[in-house]
Amino acid sequence: MLCGLVRKVIFATRPVCYSIESRMMLRHNRRVGAGARVIELENVAYSYGGGELLSDISVKLAPGSFHFLTGPSGAGKTTLLKLCYGALLPSAGYIRLFQTDVRSLERDDIAQLRRRIGVVHQNVQFLDHLSVTDNVALPLTVSGRHNGAAGSDLPELMNWVGLTNRADAFPPELSGGERQRVALARAVIMSPDIVLADEPTGNIDWEMSQRLLTLLVELNRMGKTVLIATHDLGLIRAAKAQVQARVLRISNRRVQLAGADL
Amino acid sequence: MKFNLATLRGLIAGDQYAARVVPPSGFTAQLTLFASGAMAFLAVFALALSLASGRLAQRWGDELAGTATIRIVAPQDQRAEQTAAALNVLETTPGVASARALTDAEQQALLAPWFGSDLPLDTLPVPRLIEIFTTGQSFDATGLRLRLAAEVPGAVLDDHGRWRAPLVAAAQRLRFLGWLAAGLILAAVASMVTLAANAALAANAQVVAVLRLVGATDSYIAQAFVRRFTWRALVGSTVGVALGIAAVWVLPAGSDAPSFLTGIGFEGVGWLVPLALPLVCALVALAATAVAADRALKELS
Ligand SMILES: Nc1ncnc2c1ncn2[C@@H]1O[C@H](COP(=O)(O)OP(=O)(O)OP(=O)(O)O)[C@@H](O)[C@H]1O
Ligand SMILES: [Mg+2]
Repeated sequence: MLCGLVRKVIFATRPVCYSIESRMMLRHNRRVGAGARVIELENVAYSYGGGELLSDISVKLAPGSFHFLTGPSGAGKTTLLKLCYGALLPSAGYIRLFQTDVRSLERDDIAQLRRRIGVVHQNVQFLDHLSVTDNVALPLTVSGRHNGAAGSDLPELMNWVGLTNRADAFPPELSGGERQRVALARAVIMSPDIVLADEPTGNIDWEMSQRLLTLLVELNRMGKTVLIATHDLGLIRAAKAQVQARVLRISNRRVQLAGADL
Repeated sequence: MKFNLATLRGLIAGDQYAARVVPPSGFTAQLTLFASGAMAFLAVFALALSLASGRLAQRWGDELAGTATIRIVAPQDQRAEQTAAALNVLETTPGVASARALTDAEQQALLAPWFGSDLPLDTLPVPRLIEIFTTGQSFDATGLRLRLAAEVPGAVLDDHGRWRAPLVAAAQRLRFLGWLAAGLILAAVASMVTLAANAALAANAQVVAVLRLVGATDSYIAQAFVRRFTWRALVGSTVGVALGIAAVWVLPAGSDAPSFLTGIGFEGVGWLVPLALPLVCALVALAATAVAADRALKELS
């Protein structure tokens, strides 16, 4: 039954997706010039206060690329993602987001930056007193655009993640997979240039993770830069069958490009 | 939190979506409403007391500043001479607008309540009274007393200030205390709102984290809290002020000789003070929440 649902969502929503896609692509092209790096880490080190968790990390993500970040639990995947959206500042080295040094950003600039980077957290959090729709629209609300033209994307987006029938539910009533999809919808409603997802399939079954992966691959086809932290090798293999994905592995505090053996 | 026109517009007009990002907090909201209402009620009384004392001090001060009296206590044959001498002195005294001796008929009228109207004034050693109208501050009672002592031995200056001055001072002190009480009440509103705002921010740490994740600026988050507490303070204090004014209204009104107790209330432009109170409470709440939110958000980062 789930299989049918997945197929229905993916195929039925495809034309809708393309309409979102063309709009998102337009915005995307306006923002980031070709050849530019959207995320650039140069000799970055990070420590929470004790020893260094990450050392001498240099990574460049081109616009429209698809990357996985993998490594053992506790290796620092979540930490690295946080560095990539300005939630943490590096202890050493440089991080440039859209060619701007994060250290030169004021707090309000970081807030503006978050509107261009959609994040799906490992532990997804919502405003539990607002409906699913209102939570998905939250980025529009906080940027004062709830009533703007972008608001009309909402039903399409809900349809895209297959949650039209859960639109009026409240977050505590959702299943793990539904939460992940709501988080993804919220992450992309501002039509961000980058989508960062931390263990998006962490606590959901295989079929649901396939469905989520399909959504992420679709986003990448729309031109978004996608970075997914996961230790789910099955997910990585499944993705590689659909998209040209590169795998970054954290081990011994450093990031290496993983070989083709995955 | 940065203030500009947009902030103010947001606070006043609000945004139906933005207003909902902070979860409703039933009990805290009611406490804030009640506390600001009670405080405003008390502040109305403090202000009524203060304004009434101020009016009393003003009136007493004006009266005693405006007039003085000289009594000529002298043997019958010297009385007219000394009266003339005293009037002479007064003519060259700075600060005296006019001075005149009361006529026999006027003195008789003054004494009539005690002795009846057929008192033979010319045969009794009743002192002659000179009424002086002064012009404000330049009148120097002590200096005049010294000159009179030298030139008119029978003259006694009574400048009314001797016994009324402490009353005026007391009324002025009371007026100051009234304002101080109102100020302290507003400070208590500020502390109460700060506590409530801090509690609300701490209880909503997850909300703050989510809002930040989706790109809310700190001033946006602060504004969501500020708007809420400002409205509560405004509504609560409006009700409090209305009840306070009603209570002052039903106090017994002043008679033609207003005493202190019957004079408590508002008059003329004095009415603007309690009417402005809800606005002041709201502004105090706004500032208190803005400061609390600013600090809490820095700590939460
Ligand atoms: N706020 C923090 N303060 C101190 N130490 C932290 C903090 N957050 C994470 N750490 C530590 O840093 C290390 C890396 O954490 P991180 O969450 O980045 O790992 P991860 O690779 O995402 O792990 P997982 O696969 O389990 O999600 C862990 O040892 C963790 O205990
Ligand atoms: Mg993690």
